[in-house]
Amino acid sequence: MNWTEQYIAFVTILRKEVRRYTRIWTQTLLPSAITMSLYFVIFGTLVGSRIGEMGGFTYMQFVVPGLIMMAIVTNSYSNVVSSFFGSKFNNSIEELLVSPTPNYIILWGYILGGVTRGLMVAVIVTIVALFFTELSIYSFPVVVAIVTMTSILFALAGFINAVFANSFDDISIVPTFVLTPLIYLGGVFYSLDLLPDFWRGVSQLNPLVYVVNAFRYGVLGVSDVSIEFAFGMIGVFTVIAYAYCMHLLNSGTRLRQ
Amino acid sequence: MIPALEIENLSKTYGSGFNALKGISLSVAQGDFFALLGPNGAGKSTTIGIICSLVAKSSGSVRVHGVDIDVDFALAKKYIGIVPQEFNFNVFEKARDILLTQAGYYGIPRALAEERADYYLKKLGLWEKRDVVSRMLSGGMKRRLMIARALIHEPKLLILDEPTAGVDIEMRRAMWEFLQEINSGGTTIILTTHYLEEAEALCRNIAIINHGEIVENTSMKTLLRRLQREVFIFDCGHELPENVVVEGFLVRRVDAHTLEVEVQKGQQLNEVFQALSASGIGVQSMRNRANRLEEMFVNLVEGNAA
Repeated sequence: MNWTEQYIAFVTILRKEVRRYTRIWTQTLLPSAITMSLYFVIFGTLVGSRIGEMGGFTYMQFVVPGLIMMAIVTNSYSNVVSSFFGSKFNNSIEELLVSPTPNYIILWGYILGGVTRGLMVAVIVTIVALFFTELSIYSFPVVVAIVTMTSILFALAGFINAVFANSFDDISIVPTFVLTPLIYLGGVFYSLDLLPDFWRGVSQLNPLVYVVNAFRYGVLGVSDVSIEFAFGMIGVFTVIAYAYCMHLLNSGTRLRQ
Repeated sequence: MIPALEIENLSKTYGSGFNALKGISLSVAQGDFFALLGPNGAGKSTTIGIICSLVAKSSGSVRVHGVDIDVDFALAKKYIGIVPQEFNFNVFEKARDILLTQAGYYGIPRALAEERADYYLKKLGLWEKRDVVSRMLSGGMKRRLMIARALIHEPKLLILDEPTAGVDIEMRRAMWEFLQEINSGGTTIILTTHYLEEAEALCRNIAIINHGEIVENTSMKTLLRRLQREVFIFDCGHELPENVVVEGFLVRRVDAHTLEVEVQKGQQLNEVFQALSASGIGVQSMRNRANRLEEMFVNLVEGNAA
């Protein structure tokens, strides 16, 4: 395929993905808005008012970046895992596999589908957050870079999960038993400074700590970890995940007999 | 002329150790209407799967219009249109969207894709259903949708795996005409089917595969010529006696007015009519039992080729 044809194929996959999650917006876009509203009301307003300041900000201001990032992570991941596994499940993935579309275009089509959903939910959650608190951006380039890299990374992770999943149960195991605990323990609701030394050390092994803190730095200008190190870690994880996804597609693992 | 499809020593052993293909070789000429027949599990779908990249071959080579799939699979894929046995589209998508999406996967610009989608939707009797979610379509409509989808990039080689399964007789005939029209336009067609009269009516050449090996590969005429006998059905204008006897022929009384007569190779129909007249049996109309290929097929796959 020449470049124009590849571009058309890419846009086609992306359009299909966007059409999918906007068609079922009550399952894909609305839940995050409702869940985050509850978080803002309970943790931000009711509980937060008794907690006081954290990291030099009101508790509401402190948790908002983490909650936005939580929405981006879960939506980027779940969009790709459910869409790609759904295509495998109903065999419509064969439409793509028999076509001349290169594997990297297939991957980027699905990844960008997850990224756009992550970003769309991020905008919705941010608008909801503005009803509860004032928000200003400390570093716009950091915000854009971290949001983009994070949604790509977790969309890639969702793709890997989808390739290996055999049933719909398999696509909810990782979000439920791995992703959610890592997010909750990733410093969304607290500063790592509050933890004893041992648990602060353990937290350094949680990749979500870097994602949440880098984003918080972009919004508030404060972080529990080094921003350079956070970007480096996310970049390394993204490159490894991308290389592995391409290996899965090129080898036809779980896709071709 | 370069063949539309060339397969050489193609083998496939699945992870379970099952040897689905044992080094088959096959050549399909450009413009041919080719039947690939075989019993269930013979290796037809594995062969088709390898050609269109859904199955990884163990060894051997496949060339589509001279393009080796190991050298430039993307180009080879452009030449191929595939209609699989199982429905494999997103059942939540509308019929027209399925065609437009497939066109996009082949890099076809949107305007051209819309033009072609509308053409094939009309041609295959799906125009009224273009905005219907595909799960709401009948089985026959779903099959036609898959044919339209396979044609959207105008392939040189169209592979149809059981395309008329579940399609009513009227629609099946209409699909035959449509496929013949496509074939006469230059598209090579490979057909697998369990309706052997369909293969006999449509195909010029045939390969029969069994236990992963090609047991026959010849023209339809040559194959049928090798039949040692043929059965004709006679509709008689009067009631037949219970024990019908026709000198020199094996006959079977189907019902009070219908008689089956077995004609051996070398015997002429004139002799049948003479013998029927001599037995006092009149004939209003006759037809041959449309399963000549079926008899040959059974002989071949059972290893008793006549």
